[in-house]
Amino acid sequence: MFTRRSAAIAAAILLSSPALLQGAGAADKPTDAQIAHIAYTAGVIDINAAKQAQKKAKSKDVKAFAEDMLRDHEAVNKQALALVKKLNVTPEDNDTSKALSKQASDKLAELDKLSGAAFDKAYVANEVAYHKQVNGALETQLIPSAGNAELKSLLQTGLKIFQGHQQHAEHVAADLK
Amino acid sequence: MPGRLFLLPVALVFAAMVVPAHAATIEITMENLVIAPAEISAKVGDTITWINKDVFAHTATARNGDFDATLPPKKSATSVLKKAGTVEYYCRYHPNMKATLKVEP
Repeated sequence: MFTRRSAAIAAAILLSSPALLQGAGAADKPTDAQIAHIAYTAGVIDINAAKQAQKKAKSKDVKAFAEDMLRDHEAVNKQALALVKKLNVTPEDNDTSKALSKQASDKLAELDKLSGAAFDKAYVANEVAYHKQVNGALETQLIPSAGNAELKSLLQTGLKIFQGHQQHAEHVAADLK
Repeated sequence: MPGRLFLLPVALVFAAMVVPAHAATIEITMENLVIAPAEISAKVGDTITWINKDVFAHTATARNGDFDATLPPKKSATSVLKKAGTVEYYCRYHPNMKATLKVEP
């Protein structure tokens, strides 16, 4: 009963977020191989966004923030790769990963047209929104669906890291105003 | 020349003795984005050692500016407490990591 209710709530939350619901509704929860792929993809997306920001950002704080993102997400993804290797799991591409990648490449193109303070503001605003979206997916979909205990634990560490990033991004955004 | 080198350890021993006898070293760990213990009491003159067990870099940054230690992954950093008071600190990279130090005179 409880499980069913939580699943319904999770589905309701997921339906309100644009990319992370396609292909993995509450009915067909993602497999560990798909979860690993989604988590890794989400990391790569933020690494690419950070690399763009390193080239284009004007503010010293924004540059430093991008460097923090690069360092942390590379560290998480390194751990994720080591884990899938250890568990002998091959990450499996899926509709959620595809939707995330599409959304991210559109965003990169959009941000690429901006420069200076306008870029800084848009990049940081997107970092807040993006981490919020990923954290929501981790909490409601990926962590509850993960079967393997080590994968679940890595996702939980990831969630704490990304919640920190979200707060950090919110601070940077507030300082830009 | 070798004579001088022999004096160095002696000097280090004396330097260590200058620290008051009651001074303690308190270890605080940062693991899985959690600072433990989250609240701890210490005395002026004590040394705090933060041990970062994560693969991520952290900082121990006092809100009042008393200290700002950077901890690369799997490394530790120390700070000697110079004044009394309650100090709240956090990690600049992950502001959801928070803790409190109660420094007694």
